[in-house]
Amino acid sequence: MPRRLKMAEEFEPRIVAFLCKWCSSAGSDLAGVSRMQYPPNVLPITVMCSGSVSPLYILDAFNKGADGVLVSGCHPGDCHYIKGNYYARRRIALVKKLLEFIGLEPQRFQMSWVSAAEGTKYTQIISDFVKDLKPLGPQTKLRRNQ
Amino acid sequence: MRKKTGVFVCHCGINIAGTVDVKKVAKELSKHPGVDHSEEYVYMCSDPGQNLITEAIKEKKLDNVVVACCSPTLHETTFRNTAKESGINNFQCEIANIREQCSWVHKDMEKATDKAIKITKSAVEKVRQNESLEPISIPVTRRALVIGGGIAGIQAALDIANSGYEVILVERNPSIGGHMIQLSETFPTLDCSQCILTPKMVEVSKHPKIKLMNYSEIQEISGYVGNFKVKILKKPTYVDPDKCTLCDECTKVCPVVMSNEFDLGLTGRKAIYIPFPQAIPATYTLDIKGCPGLLPIACGKCADVCEPEAIDYDMKPEIIEEEVGAIIVATGYDLYEKEMLAEYGYGKYADVLDGLQFERLCSASGPTQGKILRPSDHKEPKEVVFIQCAGSRDPELHCAYCSKICCMYTAKHAMLYKHHVHDGQAYIFYIDIRSGGKGYEEFVQRAVEEDGVLYLRGKVSKIFEDKGKIKVWGVDTLIGKDIEIDADMVVLATAMRPSDGAAELAKKLKIAMDKDGFLAEAHPKLRPVESVTSGMFLAGAAQAPKDIPEAVAQASGAAAKAVSILSQDRLYHSPTVAKVNLNLCTGCGMCVYVCPYDALTLKDGKVEVNEVLCEGCGTCSATCLRAAINVKNITPSQVHEMIQACLGG
Repeated sequence: MPRRLKMAEEFEPRIVAFLCKWCSSAGSDLAGVSRMQYPPNVLPITVMCSGSVSPLYILDAFNKGADGVLVSGCHPGDCHYIKGNYYARRRIALVKKLLEFIGLEPQRFQMSWVSAAEGTKYTQIISDFVKDLKPLGPQTKLRRNQ
Repeated sequence: MRKKTGVFVCHCGINIAGTVDVKKVAKELSKHPGVDHSEEYVYMCSDPGQNLITEAIKEKKLDNVVVACCSPTLHETTFRNTAKESGINNFQCEIANIREQCSWVHKDMEKATDKAIKITKSAVEKVRQNESLEPISIPVTRRALVIGGGIAGIQAALDIANSGYEVILVERNPSIGGHMIQLSETFPTLDCSQCILTPKMVEVSKHPKIKLMNYSEIQEISGYVGNFKVKILKKPTYVDPDKCTLCDECTKVCPVVMSNEFDLGLTGRKAIYIPFPQAIPATYTLDIKGCPGLLPIACGKCADVCEPEAIDYDMKPEIIEEEVGAIIVATGYDLYEKEMLAEYGYGKYADVLDGLQFERLCSASGPTQGKILRPSDHKEPKEVVFIQCAGSRDPELHCAYCSKICCMYTAKHAMLYKHHVHDGQAYIFYIDIRSGGKGYEEFVQRAVEEDGVLYLRGKVSKIFEDKGKIKVWGVDTLIGKDIEIDADMVVLATAMRPSDGAAELAKKLKIAMDKDGFLAEAHPKLRPVESVTSGMFLAGAAQAPKDIPEAVAQASGAAAKAVSILSQDRLYHSPTVAKVNLNLCTGCGMCVYVCPYDALTLKDGKVEVNEVLCEGCGTCSATCLRAAINVKNITPSQVHEMIQACLGG
């Protein structure tokens, strides 16, 4: 069922974040260890490498009602798997174009580079993402009525 | 048959239970389809906690379990072993990270609990489709490669060789010894550096298990832990070490004088030379950069006088292929160029030396046979200024980091200077004195109290030549006054930086570097001698600035790590590798092209996975248009279910 919002209730976007195991997931762990605070709107899915994130995962997340999707990997040149994130970068650029072409707001889909040492950066990215998504309201363009 | 899943929610004291309603998580999960058992406990990782898991698996005949607790980097192995001991495969256990990615980063209990439930459900969906897997077993080549023949490389090679394994020690210079062999004395004991290093160098040259490859460089490395293939370029020395009798006749007739790198340019050497008398291997090298030509018609004087006919102008570069199981990288450091330091004269004043040049001046084997004399006029300097942090701790212009050894070696330099020139005065400009280490603080105190070294806290703003003196303008921040010294000599404690060529080598080895170009360790605290690539270890100043005892300790640590690989009969590789669905594969080869490990090949129109080479990154899986190739236990079907669990409700 699509969520119905009460008028008074503030919109809380739901974000699916695909984090690579070696850098971004470790970076989000560091944010936790350092007790940094960010909004609970993000649901992390740890994958081996940002290069393994298929465009289908992104579309599926939007189909299933995600208001925003984040793909985060190691910094370019620092990939645990040598060059997986370079493939991710090219592929994600195409997915971004496709999503814009079909009319999805560009702010709903982001890619970032977060290393295992960048807990602060991860915190910042999530906080900014949530802030950016709030004015957009729920994502309906790609949501399939289930 | 329907799979039965067990869910175990950890309180982690109040670390999780403080922000997540763990009872509610367990209750909600018990309602989730397919979950047959759900409970919470204060510390799941404790023995009683693990026993709960074991009992539930046995009693309720669970097929798989999810533990909702801390990050999988911490206790995944613990709980997978528990699962295995309880009779199910380790891969039938998944971790839901509800601490680092949930309870610790949120304050709102209701929202955090809701998120924890979703994270746990997503792990349940994943584990239900996990395959039971056994580790892939691979053989081990029981030899090691050590790159770099400084003190760290020498120590690592000796330790491995003394454990009974063969070692190939590759050094790019004509002799091993590194920078340590250039030093005169070492702090804090004032041991003669050559005297303590040369026995180790001789041991390397005589050791039956060590194959020393001097004047050689790594050209290419392929393979994986336990089974690396290395191509080593052996540069021609044009001298046959077996025939050479070290008579030194060749250097007498050689007409070419070049800068002597062993004395850091303070002296010259001939184009055919032995770096220093105790060089290992003891042989001459013809430096092609200076030799007028290998054609005997151009010069050929050295070959004419060589009685044993050791000189061979036709020697060619050779590429030698070796197989090894573990690699230790000990490429060491070089000094930050004083030419980069504008405030200290860009290296254009002859009497402004760097630390290693001063070591050569103090050394009995140095250009002045241990007399401290000014390079410009060979007079004894009566006022010497030592400047610490030359290039270190200067994020705006030079290196941001502390080079760690300079405080100590500057104290040593000032002390050695006073021991040579009793009526001289040594001044040291410093920012802070960092003398952490056994006997180090006492050593600095000794310099101040016994040798009357004057420590001035502050930086030098400018030095310049003035009437045969080096004028030093500085400030003493403790008394708040400008200082002007007419010095006879200035010694800069220039920063340590990664050695030339370390970055190119790191690329060939596929190991990471930190922001300053030093090689990155796998974990700053818990895995300080391992690189991120398994089977490759780090030793010495290549990893970070460090002094001799630390380099030796790290080298021995790296050697022990390498031996722990070499001593195995077989190694085990993670079985979460790519798998091809032959019915779907059309043999388009796109995955073969993107694979970072060359683990995929086309065979009879279908793709084949080399499970030993595959690291399971999944780049192939995202590339395949037909979903014909997937990584085991993180398949698209699993990810889609995880997305559903995250967004459901």
